[in-house]
Parts: sequence; structure tokens; C-alpha cells
Amino acid sequence: MLTYTIRRLVLAIPTLLFISLVIFLLLELAPGDPMAEVPLTVPPEVKEKMRLALGLGEPTHIRFFKWMWQFFVIEPMVFIDWLFGSDLAGGQQRVLSWQFRSPVMDVVVQRMPQTLWVVAMSYVVGVLIALPIGIYSAYRQYSLFDQAGTFITMVGYSVPPFFSGVLVIVIFSVQLGWLPSIYDTTLVVVDWATFKQQLMQMVMPVMVLALQTTAQISRFMRASMLDNLNQDYVRTARAKGLSEMTVVIVHVLRNSMIPVITVIALGVPQIFGGAIITEQIFKVNGLGQLLITAIQANDLPMVHTVTFMLAVLIVLFNIVADVLYGVLDPRIRYD
Amino acid sequence: MTLKSLLLGATATTCLASAGWAERGADGHVNLIYWQAPSIMNPYLTGGTKEREAASLVLEPLGRYNVAGEMVPFLAEEIPTVENGGVSDDLKSITWKIKPDLTWSDGSPFSANDVKFTAEYCMHPEGGCAQLAKFEGVESVEVVDDLTVTVHFADPQPNPYGPFMGGQAPIIQAAQFADCLGAKAPECTDANFSPIGTGPFKVDEFRPNDVISLSANPNYRDPAKPRFATMTFKGGGDATAAGRAVLETGEFDYAWNLQLAPDVIANMEAAGKGVALSAFGTLVERIEINLTDPSPDLPEGERATAKHPHPILSDMRVREALSKAIDRELLVEIGYGKAGRATCNLVPAPAAYASDNTDCLVQDVEGAKALLEEAGWTDSNGDGIRDKDGKKLSLLFQTSTNAVRQDFQALIKQWWGEIGVETELRNISASVFFGGDPGSPDTFQKFYADVEMYANNFDGTDPQSYLASRTCNKAPRPESQWQGENINRYCDPAYDELIKELGRTADLGKRGEIAKKLNDMLTKDSYVILGLVDRGRVSARSNTLGGVELNTWDTELWNAADWYRIKE
Repeated sequence: MLTYTIRRLVLAIPTLLFISLVIFLLLELAPGDPMAEVPLTVPPEVKEKMRLALGLGEPTHIRFFKWMWQFFVIEPMVFIDWLFGSDLAGGQQRVLSWQFRSPVMDVVVQRMPQTLWVVAMSYVVGVLIALPIGIYSAYRQYSLFDQAGTFITMVGYSVPPFFSGVLVIVIFSVQLGWLPSIYDTTLVVVDWATFKQQLMQMVMPVMVLALQTTAQISRFMRASMLDNLNQDYVRTARAKGLSEMTVVIVHVLRNSMIPVITVIALGVPQIFGGAIITEQIFKVNGLGQLLITAIQANDLPMVHTVTFMLAVLIVLFNIVADVLYGVLDPRIRYD
Repeated sequence: MTLKSLLLGATATTCLASAGWAERGADGHVNLIYWQAPSIMNPYLTGGTKEREAASLVLEPLGRYNVAGEMVPFLAEEIPTVENGGVSDDLKSITWKIKPDLTWSDGSPFSANDVKFTAEYCMHPEGGCAQLAKFEGVESVEVVDDLTVTVHFADPQPNPYGPFMGGQAPIIQAAQFADCLGAKAPECTDANFSPIGTGPFKVDEFRPNDVISLSANPNYRDPAKPRFATMTFKGGGDATAAGRAVLETGEFDYAWNLQLAPDVIANMEAAGKGVALSAFGTLVERIEINLTDPSPDLPEGERATAKHPHPILSDMRVREALSKAIDRELLVEIGYGKAGRATCNLVPAPAAYASDNTDCLVQDVEGAKALLEEAGWTDSNGDGIRDKDGKKLSLLFQTSTNAVRQDFQALIKQWWGEIGVETELRNISASVFFGGDPGSPDTFQKFYADVEMYANNFDGTDPQSYLASRTCNKAPRPESQWQGENINRYCDPAYDELIKELGRTADLGKRGEIAKKLNDMLTKDSYVILGLVDRGRVSARSNTLGGVELNTWDTELWNAADWYRIKE
């Protein structure tokens, strides 16, 4: 298992380098100009100078290798410096965002808390709601509960957040006035009052996002449970006289969880991608909003870095899911 | 500042409630929302409006434009003019006198060196300064003494108010930016995110594209201002959500630039938590008339050039009839609501340059018909379309693809139909129409149509270069790669002569007169440009936020120092 993991990790390196090159070339070839947002009243000569100041005068391959050096050598050095207070980076140029003129990683780190609070929390909440729904719907297949669950998950699948998000804002912020419609990213939780405030501003975005996760995971859970409920070993367990609770929770659920856990693991990277639309609607301003504004402003270093980090996470969690599969299911052996 | 002291402060002011008595920070906290989030606080490194707006809370220029577009001194004692001796008689230098005893928010004294440094910072060849156009023609900036600075221009400048005037060219602190010149400019993240300024607020924390936390500048020159102790400047989302947060839920006090349909804003206002404000600048939606023949029968290279005058529209009576048939008030009501007003002008503002040309505002269908009769266009075969010498009065009307513009096209087609003019409509994707590609037949410059509609404006308050774009030599033609803004191919030697005179005139009153005359020559004297709608800007404030004066000539936050909380 260990050699397998190591082999996968080593193989991931060329994959990631290739992904990084593809992202860079795609961005390079895509139409768009970082000066596009500059008003028409600014003369073209001034725009040309601004372009040169961003480093756009250099040839493509030089810019790519510069980014590689900055991202793989200088950024880790800065991280080590920050951890141990050393001075490895020594003020060398880091990956700079074109729109902020500041290091990309600083902004990414700044955006992490709200993304983790809202998007990760919604994933956790979504999974926690999905599992019981999936289990019970499968156990009482075609019951009223199952039908209702199917209906809700279908709604969750098909209603996009730009509709459900605005709908809950109109109901709970505008009509009832219970919850804030705009997320305050500067809020620091220090006592019960601020904790309550944080909770209030998180409820709507978390629930809107959780609805989507719930829909997806509960369908998986239900299908996986149904596969197992009709197996011979379940009949055997019942024939042994085990209680229904033990049969479902201990025998069926454990076996059904194997594919579901891999699905959950594969979904984790999307947390870090943020939720572009939901973040925009509730003004959460996390990583998703960072990415979309960078795309709009043609801020290539930012888009490149954030997309590449997502690629790293996706590759990593694919490995994690594969390894987990082997750990959970004794029938699967990689060595 | 803790909540307790804020509350104490608020109580104290209520007790001493009489008007005029106030102290800095007495009104607590204010929340602003900009649906486009600022990405930097240094207006020299970005062309964006949102950054310029945010920076104007902290950085100030020597003078600003007020709501009427007039210059008012901020850091300067007065606005230099030729009359008060501030501008030299040869128009080649301008001398600014700075208010005494000014300090930066860090307590250090403000001096003329900071002004000189600002010019050096922006004019550095490797800096990529976005406001370089403001410093065009500047030869040198000379520090006369601590409080006097002279800008020398290479050539006479009738309008020497480019550098250090308005939100685009504020003064930055020399001490803070000393190591940030040229190529190093982008690396000074701290300075670019938290510039030290002289304005009413200072940056406590800047989170790019998210939120800015500000507090009152303890060293602001007026001890009673600003009235707010702290400010949250939230960014992101969309215009609808920003409008909702101010007008419907009341979570925020001010929302910037609500580009929304008139009925959407009216519905939000009905909630009663705030009011929508509108102000007008120089953006005019207009119909431009082609004076050359765009017929596809002509060979490429001669089509739509001065060689072939337009067979129908060269007659001024036809152009005037087209103008008379339009009901501009109705267009405003349908397309822009509060954010528009009817106009006949090309230069609708500022007041000093706006002509009193209002004849076109009343629709006159009968008058239009009479003009066409007079010009010899009659409906000889009774099909509802006028004709003359066997040629039908039929026009091709093009514009960019945009819901409001297509509504306008449909309405105008109907009105022109009433006076017997047949109109064929066409709309072109904005990226092509405004793209300026000389190879495309569909750009607004090439103008392969009889009439076209779009909007344009000019930067700042001075219309000289805007009006100068209509001289004979600025006509787009094959030799100029179809570049140029005189898209009507309008050519009047008298007009060119008057433009030259404007370039020599420094007296503001006289400049206004000339500009008005130029505007009239293009509009009511020739009907080459038919102004339709003066498009303004709509922002919203809550019912409890006082002192807001929406300004389209400078930043909207130009007078944030005077904002206060209205007590119930």
C-alpha cells in the first residue's frame, strides 16, 4: 500500500507539470487583455506602457518559466520563512497579481477563512443530512419518505443557486428581516454575540450550498444501500436473529459506505474552488469570487495560480480516494 | 474605538443636539457597498473607477470638481487662473499655492515636495502609470518653496488643470512611495494597499476585491470632520444586490452606480428604507447621420467617403425632419427613467459649456412632414413612403446589440414611419461595432449605414478634445485606416477655425461661449448629430445618511468628510 501511494504521488508530478503548462497556454491563447477594463479615455500609448509594466513584453516561454520558478521555489521559501522566521526568500519577486500588484498567495490565504467557514461547512452539513436520508429512503424504498426524499433531491439537483439564493434573500432578509443579506468578512468571533452574528450570516449561504451536496450524496447513499440490502449476507444476518438495527447499521451501512466515501473524498477539492455563484450572491468573497473577478480582469497570474492549486487538490484527492478504497475494502489490494 | 465609547459619543451629540455642533467621529459607523470591489488603493496603478473612488477617501488632489463641474480648492488655497496670476500669460505654467499647516494622516507635514514627487511617480517611464494622460505636456514640476509648486508645460495649455486636479491625480506621500518608482511600483504592496493620505479617512485594513476597513483620519485639517469614526467599504456582488442592501433591507448606507432598469429601482425604493439619487455627466445617447453615401453599389474605397455625398441626408431639411419626429421624453421614460433626461446637445454639461438648445424636445410630426414636403419628398404612389425622382425615402439604421437600444430603434422606426420615412433596422454585436477593426464593414467608424445610434462622453469637464474630433481631417476614410471620430464625415471650415480659436483661449467664460457655438453647429444648426438622452448615474443612500452630493465630475465620495448621520 505504501509503495502504491508513493508511486502514485511520484507519477502525479509530471501530470501536474503538464496541467500547469496546459493552463498557462490556454490562458495565453484565450482572447482578452488585462487593459480591457481601462476606460476608452486612456490613450493607447499609456495602455501599452501599462502592459509593459506588467511584464507582458517578455516572450511566452520566459514568462512560463518565471512563473514556475516563482511558484515552486520562491513561494515555498516564503512559506518556510513564515513558519520558522528564517530569511530564505530574501525579498525575491513572488507571483504577483496584475490587478492587486500584490503576491497572489497572500490574497489566497486571506480568502481561505470565509471559504472554509461557508463552503466547507456546507459540505459537512450537506453530507450529514444526506447520509440519514439516503439510508432511510433505501430501507423503506417507495415509502412516502422515500418519495418525498426523491422529490427534494430532484429539486436540489435542478434548482440553481442563483435562484434559490436570491429566493431565500427575498424571504428572510427583505420580507422577514431576520438574516443579513451581505456576509461580513471582517467579523471576528470573540464572544457569544459575534458567534451568533457569524451563525446568522452563514445560515443562508450554507443551506443553499448544502441543498446541492445533499441531493448528490443522498442519491449515492440510497443506491449503494439498495445494492447491499438484497445481498445474501443480509438475509443470513437476519436469519441469525440479529436486530434490524444491527443488520442495517452494522452490516449493510458499513459495506454501503465504501463507494460513498470515495465520492465524498472526490468532492472535497470543489470546496477550495469555492462556490462562485453562491459567493457572489451572498457577497462571501471567498476563493470562488477571487477566481471569477480575476478572470473578468484578465489577471492571468492569479487565474493560473488558483486553477493550478485546484488541479493539485483534484489530483491529490483522487489519490486519497483510491487509497481509501483499498483501506476500506479488504477485497481490493494494490500490491 | 469600542462600542461603548461610540454609544457615549452618540448620546453626547444627541444631548447637545443643536445644529452646527459636532465633533470628529461622533456619528459612529457608516457602511458603503460597491458592487465592483476595489483591487488596489493607488489610482495611479489602475484605470478602474472603483479603485479611484475608494482611494478618494484617503488621497486628495489639490483641487476637485464640485457637483456643477466647477473647480474648488482642496489642498490648494485657491484655483490658479490667469486673472489671479496663478496661470502665466503664455499659458505655459501654472502655480499652485498649498494650504499652510497640512499634515498627512501619520502626522508628518505635507509639502510641495510631495506634489513634485507625485508627478515624478506617474511620469516615470517604466511605471506604467494609468493616469499618464493627466500629465501630458508637462515639462517639469518645480518646487518654489514649501507651499508653492509650479508646473511647466512644453506648449501653451489653455486647460492646465490636468495634473493634481480631480480624483484621477491625487497627491501621494513622497516618504511612503520613495522606493516605489518605476518598475518597483507594483512591488510596494503595503503602500499600494494602505496609502498615507490627507483625506478624511485612513485605511485600517485593505482586503483586495473584498472589503476595506477605514477610520477617521486623526490629523484631518478640519477638527470637526469627518463625522463618522469608522467606515466599512464592502465590495462585490451585483448592482441588484447592492441596491437591495440599501433600499430594501437597510443593511448599508450607500450603494454606488446602480445600473438597473428604471422599474427595478422604483420597486426597491418603494420599501422606504432609502432613496435613489441621480446625477448627470456628459454621456449622451445620440443618432449620428452619415453625410456620405454608404451604398454597396459604390466601389470599396469610395463607399462612404467624402467623394460621394449622401443622396438623401445631404439635405439639411431631411435631417431636421428626422429630429422633429422623435419624442425624446418618451425614450427617456422607457429606457432610462431616473437615470436619463432628454437632450438635444452633444455637450450636455457642465453648465458652463452646455448650450441652451432645447428646440428639439417637443415632438413635432406635422412640422417634420412639412419640411419633407418642402424638400420635395412626396408620397407619389400612395404606399405611405415618400419618394423623389423615383427614389424612395428609405434609411438603414444601425446600432449595437443592447435591449434598450433595440427598443429605441423600434420606437424611432415607428415615428419615422409616421412621417413617411421607411427604416430598415440592424443591430451589431458591441464588440464588433465598437471594435475598430478596419477590416470589418460593421464598425461604427466605417458607418456603412445611413444613420446609427450609440453613446459617448468625454473625460473631465473640458470638451475641447471631444469637440475637436469633428474637424475635417478626423473623418474615418481608407487612408486613415478607417480610424477617427468624425464619423459623420462632417466638414465645415468655419468649425475647424473655431476649434483652433478654442485652443488659443484660456478665459473660461470665452471658452464656454465657443464650446456652445461648436455644439450648436453640430446639432441645431446642421442636425448632423441628433442628441437623444443625457444618460446619468444612479446611486442610492439610506434615509439616515446626510450630506451626500452625487458628483459625476469627480469621485462620488468627493465630499465624504461632510457626510453625517441624520438623527430621527
